[in-house]
Amino acid sequence: MTPTPALLEVSDLRVHYHTSRGAVQAVNGISFSIREGERFGLVGESGSGKSTIALALLRLIRPPGKIETGRVVLDGVALRDLSEEGMRRARLAGIALVAQGAMNSLNPILRVKEQIRDGLNDHGLRLSGKAFETRVAELLASVGLKRDVADLFPHELSGGMKQRVCIAIAISLKPKLIIADEPTSALDVVVQRQVMDTLVAVQSQLGASVILIGHDMGLMAQVVNRVGIMYAGDLVEVSPVADLFREPLHPYSQLLIASLPSLHQKEAFQGIPGLPPSLLNRPAGCPFRSRCPHAMERCAVETPPLREVRPDQRVACHLY
Amino acid sequence: METAPLLEAIHATKVFGGGFLGKGAGTVALNNFSLRVDAEPPAITAIVGESGSGKTTLARLLLGLAAPTTGEVRYRGKDLRGLSREERRRFLRDVQVIFQDPYEVYNPFYKVDHVLSTPIAKFGLAKSKDEARALMEETLNAVGLRPEETLGRHPHQLSGGQRQRIMVARALLLQPRLIIADEPVSMVDASLRATILESLRQLHLRFGISIVYITHDLTTAYQIGHNIVVMYRGEVAEAGDVEPVVKTPRHPYTQLLIGSIPSADPNQPWQRHELPVDAAAPVATGAVGCKFAGRCPCEMPVCREAVPPLFRTESRQVAACFLYRDRPTLDGADLDRVMAVPASPPVHTLVAGG
Repeated sequence: MTPTPALLEVSDLRVHYHTSRGAVQAVNGISFSIREGERFGLVGESGSGKSTIALALLRLIRPPGKIETGRVVLDGVALRDLSEEGMRRARLAGIALVAQGAMNSLNPILRVKEQIRDGLNDHGLRLSGKAFETRVAELLASVGLKRDVADLFPHELSGGMKQRVCIAIAISLKPKLIIADEPTSALDVVVQRQVMDTLVAVQSQLGASVILIGHDMGLMAQVVNRVGIMYAGDLVEVSPVADLFREPLHPYSQLLIASLPSLHQKEAFQGIPGLPPSLLNRPAGCPFRSRCPHAMERCAVETPPLREVRPDQRVACHLY
Repeated sequence: METAPLLEAIHATKVFGGGFLGKGAGTVALNNFSLRVDAEPPAITAIVGESGSGKTTLARLLLGLAAPTTGEVRYRGKDLRGLSREERRRFLRDVQVIFQDPYEVYNPFYKVDHVLSTPIAKFGLAKSKDEARALMEETLNAVGLRPEETLGRHPHQLSGGQRQRIMVARALLLQPRLIIADEPVSMVDASLRATILESLRQLHLRFGISIVYITHDLTTAYQIGHNIVVMYRGEVAEAGDVEPVVKTPRHPYTQLLIGSIPSADPNQPWQRHELPVDAAAPVATGAVGCKFAGRCPCEMPVCREAVPPLFRTESRQVAACFLYRDRPTLDGADLDRVMAVPASPPVHTLVAGG
């Protein structure tokens, strides 16, 4: 039951960080696909591997990190087979990143328009003065900023405006896939909604797909179509957002959703007892079993694969 | 007998910068703010605000880490700046703090025991090594940590959640009357957040400790607080019993804030507000009127002419907004009149050293 074709296919992606104490298995052979025009949320706690996935898709993993295995196919092109130069061209044009704290990545001594020009020039797009001004104004307008922002320096902008400038740069070459890694984690809740509205607006304007990485389940519920839940380097559940919140399948997803405080009713805080396992020398079996209320003997020996157990709902758990 | 409150801010104003030789206008971080914290009956007061609301400045004033530009902060009726040596020592026991960052407060060279053994030694809480150990174990148990998994470790061997709970244990160790928790869970993961907040709440319930919980997160403020103060650019926008304030917010800012929280329910869509994008210029001294006026969907001419006082919209709720100008006003210093008084929980004390 896949109504829309896949834009991105990721299979068996495995990323390790090689340290003096051994390999940290940050991403442990995960597979998923992103459909055309969809917003896909990637959720997990710190250290679950979600940002590493973003970097791996863009081939931006730096030593001691290394992509061990995996195939990443974007719109028919196998990204890992591209030359370094080919990959550089694919970034921004095919797949763009709005990084965590992207607003602090703006160059403090360049005006906004110069930073937009950098991206275009780097991809061989040299526009004449007039055409460039028009393009910048269009880009700023699409993220809800006035054209005079083009002449400002980053320090003259608020956090929300800077984040929108970063979105404008990310879409400047009309990518097919936008990866937004915690794009609003440093912003206030009111500004967060404005930035999210902007992201959704440019996405539908471009017809692009979005991977939204984060840990705020509320944000996921409001913004994305499907959610992938990461735990200790594994993708443990992939479900449409409505199904996930109505009937989460994986015990971790269930506890995670139960731990969310409500604004409607006072109740005791329910945490998830225990800690995620060390990613160094990962034990065999299910990574969640030490914290799982349903753990069985089988969970200690056999790692459950991610399988489709309901229409469009996938889970990695022996209960199903 | 009327006793002085444990800790109170009285018309406290804090201005940063601009003061030297009187040139330029400073930034008003906190403006004429009053808050009274009683030890009896113990209560949890949540202070909610976004960045720039003055909530951290308030915490620093209450802790005596900064002095107000005008106004006072009083501990048991005496200005913090005029405490005697003995009173200061008592203040440092009575009022404890938990900071935002559970990574920065540790010295990486010491074992985590150090943060617990130091106050025990400084305040003479235990007569022997065994007694000190017993006290440490007991406080760790009280916050849901297993001493055998915690003591003897270095900070980097523990998770952020564990480290933050050790900070809660350290605060408890001194059997304070008040804990000021400044964004205690904003840097830990969701699944651990609940555990830390629950251990804070347990301190209140079991040991009768008052808590000032400072946060940007209205949802946890609602869950843990009896009372709430919503701040906007250094001033109280709305305050009172947490139930009416969160369920029926009156100030347009509180309404905007609550409407902006993404609900973890896909069937409950995000509220859309049409609001001017980025009206977030800093406020200079001398600006007149309501600080929210530029972003407010209900703005009236009067909002640019005068600063709205607190209007008592319900018996346990005040809002600083001219929409309610037909209601009686309340002086900011009398905020405690609209605060809920929680039923006194049974109080336990720590056995060792107590």
